[in-house]
Amino acid sequence: STRYDLYRVLHAALCLFAICSEAIVSELHKRISSAFDVFDHESNHTVDVREIGTIIRSLGCFPTEAQLHDVIAEIEEEEPTGFIRFERFLPTMSRILLEHRFRPVPEDLLLQAFEVLDQQKRGHLDPEELTRYLTQEGEPFTQEEMEEMLSAAVDPDKNLIFYKDFVSVMTVDDPW
Amino acid sequence: MGCGSAKPTQHNQNHKLQLKKSMRSALLIQRWYRQYVARLEMRRRCTWNIFQSIEYAGQQDQIKLYNFFGFLMDHFTPASSERNLISHIFRENEVFQDVEWEPYFCYKSIEVPDTYAGPHLTFPLTVSNITELVEAFKHKEQLHARFVLQLLGETWRLLRVLPNITEVSTCHSKEITICGDLHGHLEDLLLVFYKNGLPSVETPYVFNGDFVDRGKDSIEILLILFAFQLVYPNDVHLNRGNHEDHIVNLRYGFTKEVLGKYRLHGKKILKLLQKIFSWLPLATVIDQKVLILHGGISDTTDLKLIAKLERNRYVSALRPPKCRQAVKSKGPGGQYSDGEGDRYSAAGRRRVRSLTHSNPATARHELQRRSLQAYSIRTSPNVEEELRERRRWAGLSASYERIHDPISSDSDPDSGEVLETDAEEWKQIVDMLWSDPMLQDGCIPNEVRGGGCYWGPDVTQEVLNRHNLCLLIRSHECKQDGYEFCHNRKVLTIFSASNYYEVGSNRGAYIRLGPDLNPHVVQYQASRSTRELTLRQSVGRTERSALRALREQLFAHKSDLISAFEEYDPEHTGVISMERWAVATETVLHLGLPWRVLRSQLVGCSTQEGMINYNDWFRELALMDPNKELAHTGLLETMYRHHSNLETIFRIIDTDHSGLISFEEFRQTWKLLSSHLKMEISDKAISDLALSIDFNKDGSIDINEFMEAFRLVDCSHAQILDSINEGLTPDLQQPTSPS
Repeated sequence: STRYDLYRVLHAALCLFAICSEAIVSELHKRISSAFDVFDHESNHTVDVREIGTIIRSLGCFPTEAQLHDVIAEIEEEEPTGFIRFERFLPTMSRILLEHRFRPVPEDLLLQAFEVLDQQKRGHLDPEELTRYLTQEGEPFTQEEMEEMLSAAVDPDKNLIFYKDFVSVMTVDDPW
Repeated sequence: MGCGSAKPTQHNQNHKLQLKKSMRSALLIQRWYRQYVARLEMRRRCTWNIFQSIEYAGQQDQIKLYNFFGFLMDHFTPASSERNLISHIFRENEVFQDVEWEPYFCYKSIEVPDTYAGPHLTFPLTVSNITELVEAFKHKEQLHARFVLQLLGETWRLLRVLPNITEVSTCHSKEITICGDLHGHLEDLLLVFYKNGLPSVETPYVFNGDFVDRGKDSIEILLILFAFQLVYPNDVHLNRGNHEDHIVNLRYGFTKEVLGKYRLHGKKILKLLQKIFSWLPLATVIDQKVLILHGGISDTTDLKLIAKLERNRYVSALRPPKCRQAVKSKGPGGQYSDGEGDRYSAAGRRRVRSLTHSNPATARHELQRRSLQAYSIRTSPNVEEELRERRRWAGLSASYERIHDPISSDSDPDSGEVLETDAEEWKQIVDMLWSDPMLQDGCIPNEVRGGGCYWGPDVTQEVLNRHNLCLLIRSHECKQDGYEFCHNRKVLTIFSASNYYEVGSNRGAYIRLGPDLNPHVVQYQASRSTRELTLRQSVGRTERSALRALREQLFAHKSDLISAFEEYDPEHTGVISMERWAVATETVLHLGLPWRVLRSQLVGCSTQEGMINYNDWFRELALMDPNKELAHTGLLETMYRHHSNLETIFRIIDTDHSGLISFEEFRQTWKLLSSHLKMEISDKAISDLALSIDFNKDGSIDINEFMEAFRLVDCSHAQILDSINEGLTPDLQQPTSPS
């Protein structure tokens, strides 16, 4: 237990050091600012609130929709205008990144998740069953989201989702 | 009791556990997938920004270039040969006048050979003529120049009796179809006709400008639209776009397309089109409630004023209007003489119904005008000052000075008054054709495009109210979904050229509008293969294309970039930080792109700790596309970078569209451009270069051959470069390996 405490203290100290280290923070701010700028169409340091999810996720975070709503509630104006200002976004986003909140979904866990849905352990899923799960459970997909995923996931010849291949293709693919 | 009841409970428990697990799994999968989609969206948005910024930078360039010529006109001494060149350019690009008209555009002397297998048009046009035409174009056939000229002549005769603002009604429960930019994308027009039906009395259409440029079938689109309009003049309506402008066409491909397809008669066709473009109506109003125009509005938009002006005086929105005197007929009018046209236009004006005829807001108009005059009295006693203010306002600074051109304008004691109205009318037209909406309130000059303004929701509200309208439909901007609402759904952008930037970049769309005036949007995307691409694939494809375009820009600015990097690297270690790389790149390129976000896609060779070896980086860029070798001399690199401008200048100089310019013209062109770029170029260097490019060795330079040297299509052009390099004197030759 003392060893655990020691680790915690060490971890806290390192985080503190990281937070105090100007260069790191500055680089972080630049990253956040760059991602924000992509959606700042008017160049006036505001983005449409509906793009915040995309921005946060593009910075490497994997929040649930509920978590996203909480973040938005935190950074919105007292009287929501439909826009988020950079001055409010930056400190919140910095904290999120420094705390490593909303960690990524590791590939093996993802695979396990598919396997759970594949009750008969066939190694594949029907488009209909996957659709049922993802549009009715958890934080349901919209029809558009479901169609998009199916277009990438379904093997056109067999009309089945070989989820192991799907997962490995999707996770290797991205150079960004 | 024991087994019987235990099993169901266990079952229930297992079931509940399974449900819980599957819910958690679903949540995990959703969380992961949404992050994936977000990253794709980020990439798509960046790609979009790249294309748009390069496109708008090009447009800005275009306008600056033309303004630059105007500036030179005023500031060179009268004796200088450059001045003659420029005045020659300006004068020769003016449309023909009066008596010279008819014989020049007469189609009757043009023979159609027996070998011609394309459609034969008879006039007046019939429905079967147009179906034949559409079918022919579907099969990539070309209409013979004789019929082209004949059709264009008829079109001109129709257009000049139309008012500036077309009024349409949805009586008889007709739904009107509205299309946005087509930009030479014939497949999209055909797709719209397929989905929606050909234009007819039952299926009226409004085409909202930008029919030409960029795509490869601009002339075919024009011919189809004009043909339909001739057969159904009350049911097919065309609005002018900013690309219906011969100056813009010089840069964006329409001029080249016509000259390429019609080698013998292309020049005539282009000149006739200049006239036709200037006669295209400026806007359409449906049921006096929905305003349709190409670009947009500004806080000073006044439909009453627009309805009254002489639109044909604005041959190009980038140039001041032709003098009223020049429009009067000087000799016996021929079939197409301007004299007759002028009488018609006066009659046409009388026929124009004023939209605000019984509008109580008329008083506000008067107030507007009065306040403008009051403004002029308050701040500037003379008209010149006022004009300069308006110029700044409209964002086309130097151009307004053209009105004072002593060479082309007649002296006129009343010119003061004429000029004032001209400036105001000109601004109205530029605003209509070039403006874009913005999300904030207000109205500011559109610096990105170089013309028109950005207008906000408050301006929309005010202008719509002032004219008793309920909706503004415009085009001008490419939208990923083919359409976009803004300003509280009071403004609807409609764009009909799918895959505009690249295959898969965007959908096209059109609007159906019935008597309830509720717009219904229909989307589509040309090319079957695109629909089958997954999100990832279509983003990837567009992205690769955008990145290629961006790498070209980077490589073209290599010297400037290296200078900028070296400022951060005084000890010449060859290495700078990522952050400095981003700052320097933006300073040089001015594209307003998120360089840090793009960095991972543009720079492969970063060293540890986030530093970039910029020499390695340029080597890497060169390897990605073998043709980059061509930019290995300072002079050539500069030429390459400005090749679009160069080409535009060449085409402007080549006023008879012969495809050839003389040595002297080439030399003067290059001198002009280099003074504009503030570069030191010796006459000898230019002459040497010109000599080495004269492949025919006959004293003239074939424009196409010269520009081909900068086309990045295949490696064989490196050979041309080698021969150029050989032709240069030793002090100009540079080592072939990049620095």
